[in-house]
Amino acid sequence: MRWLLRAWLLVLLAGLLALGWLLFGDSSQNSDSQPAVSVEMPKLTDPALVAKGAYLAKVGDCAGCHTARGGALYAGGRAIPTPFGSVPVPNITPDRETGLGQWEFADFWRAMHSGVGRHGQRLYPAFPYTSYTRVTRDDAWAIFAYLRSVPAIEQRPRASGLDFPYRIRTTLAVWRSLYFRQGVFQPDARQSAQWNRGAYLVQGLGHCNECHAERGALGGTAASVHLTGGQIPEQKWYAPDLSTQQNGGLHGWSEQDIVDLLQTGHSAKGTAFGPMADVVAQATQHMTAGDLRAIASYLATLPPRAARPAPRSAFDVAKIASAGEKIYLKHCADCHGRDGNGVAGVYPPLNGNSAMSEPTGINATRMVLLGGFPPATAGNPRPYSMPPFAQQLNDSDVALVVSYIRQAWGNKASIVRPDQVSTYRHTPID
Amino acid sequence: MNDFTIALHGPLRQVAGWMAAAIVGFCATVQAADAPNVPDTLQQRIAACTTCHGVHGEGTPGSNFFPRLAGKPAAYLLRQMQDFQNGLRNYPPMEYTVRHLGTDYMREIAEYFSAQQVAYVRSPAPAVSEAVLQRGAQLVTKGDPQLKVPACASCHGTDLVGVEPSTPGLVGLPYDYISSQLGSWRTHTRATVKPDCMAVVAGRLREADITAVAAWLASRELPAHTRPQPAGSVKPPLPCGVLSATGDGS
Repeated sequence: MRWLLRAWLLVLLAGLLALGWLLFGDSSQNSDSQPAVSVEMPKLTDPALVAKGAYLAKVGDCAGCHTARGGALYAGGRAIPTPFGSVPVPNITPDRETGLGQWEFADFWRAMHSGVGRHGQRLYPAFPYTSYTRVTRDDAWAIFAYLRSVPAIEQRPRASGLDFPYRIRTTLAVWRSLYFRQGVFQPDARQSAQWNRGAYLVQGLGHCNECHAERGALGGTAASVHLTGGQIPEQKWYAPDLSTQQNGGLHGWSEQDIVDLLQTGHSAKGTAFGPMADVVAQATQHMTAGDLRAIASYLATLPPRAARPAPRSAFDVAKIASAGEKIYLKHCADCHGRDGNGVAGVYPPLNGNSAMSEPTGINATRMVLLGGFPPATAGNPRPYSMPPFAQQLNDSDVALVVSYIRQAWGNKASIVRPDQVSTYRHTPID
Repeated sequence: MNDFTIALHGPLRQVAGWMAAAIVGFCATVQAADAPNVPDTLQQRIAACTTCHGVHGEGTPGSNFFPRLAGKPAAYLLRQMQDFQNGLRNYPPMEYTVRHLGTDYMREIAEYFSAQQVAYVRSPAPAVSEAVLQRGAQLVTKGDPQLKVPACASCHGTDLVGVEPSTPGLVGLPYDYISSQLGSWRTHTRATVKPDCMAVVAGRLREADITAVAAWLASRELPAHTRPQPAGSVKPPLPCGVLSATGDGS
């Protein structure tokens, strides 16, 4: 049956391809991608330019994908799992044969801005050119200068692990016509310079929307969806909505709370964990206070969200929640408080915390099972940790206590079932 | 379905007792406030570690798996956390837990567990034949020249209590833990800095030998002294990266 599905998919994709081409064309070959380097650009070896590029590479968390655990910086050598198979991560060190050694800036610009490789091939959007297209030419030039300065490492990328038909790059023309809008960030003159800087970082190098938005069946994010939260493909974590206003995932967060979380890994409102712990550890903790404040000022202007309908359940929610309360009092209240408000600076509140009340229940379930440490950062070098309960609590007990937390105090989220808990018992590593 | 009572084994009972005492103490002092009173201690900070390894690193013998950390050389413990971080040693719960810890913090945690002196709690010994135990004893104390396997004692110390600064003791560990570690070396899911002498040794063992070594070690009575031998007191028969100048975690 699988072959039938694949054949059907291929026909569908071919149709979509033709349609996409007719309707939108493909922006990959547009003249906008011409990389004319202006004469006043500093030399690639200029130390100040390289330092700027090093900073921007941190902001973009290039190492998050392009460095394998325990591997050489930017030498690739790993693969990004996607629902369509695994995408090998290239070596972006200056090695001539296996890295970017033969790349001109024009090639680099075309990859960042247009999502097209050195040989004209469309790149897989595991590389977030959907966001990086917003990056200015000056910033791309600095990043290119920095990448030219790192040690060259000889390491070939892994073979493609993409499934059919996705390994045929032509299919990307359709994808691009649906999900890719090429163009450098355009400042909004009505907003402050700080707001514009924040918007630029969030939408561009920060590529926040790549996780914090729902992806469709073809793995793309609709243009209208901006930071409204979504399940991260393959990683099985939920990246919450980032609006601080009514019904937003960060409702009630001050700009300082956002800065604190990005800088130290924890704030009065919540703690970074899972993939966000990676982002804080590798990227945001290294950002300047000015840039973090800019991000916060931009996020603070995200609009209020529509109220989610109250969760409906075929189960007796009150009964489940009360059974869960006993487990909560026994295992959780010592640190997070009976009132769910946590301990300032030590243990995060669970009351009003989007990690607990996000739509899926994945995050709360995973936190109970895995426990763990927030990222150790310069601002919080010896974090307090949470015990993993995977060994101590069975699936029904985890479901009960998570359901309680999601219903208690000001939280109004759906309950979690034991069979959902068992789905998340494995530990995500890469 | 809703069985809230959890079978508490020795050390876990200790943890529970300690937590209960903390709660009672806290309630007596600050009755009105809801916010818990959190002691600023390393022990409190590393609850993620002590759940499985015990408040004093005594392990969880009832689990037959989670190893004892108490008294192991600090550089060894630090190296293990770094190996988990770098993906050299694979055990997802540990890799997840130490993923974003800094070296200084990990060193502090390693030194804490290394300094703990707490009685051993034995894990149940596996039911194996006398012949298997004899084979285990032979490998551990004398090695097998035919397989080019050195005696465990030639690196881990005469009484197998480990050697400062980087060689762990092999006493009082659960059978499941030892056998799974030897297996992991053979399948390259446990590795360390090169040259990885344990990978060489484990690769030369026959599969039945793993059972024999693990069973004999897990069955053995504890020696009178369990602190690691001083640095330099053994001369390892193989080159080991963890024992080189850069292998101490610095």
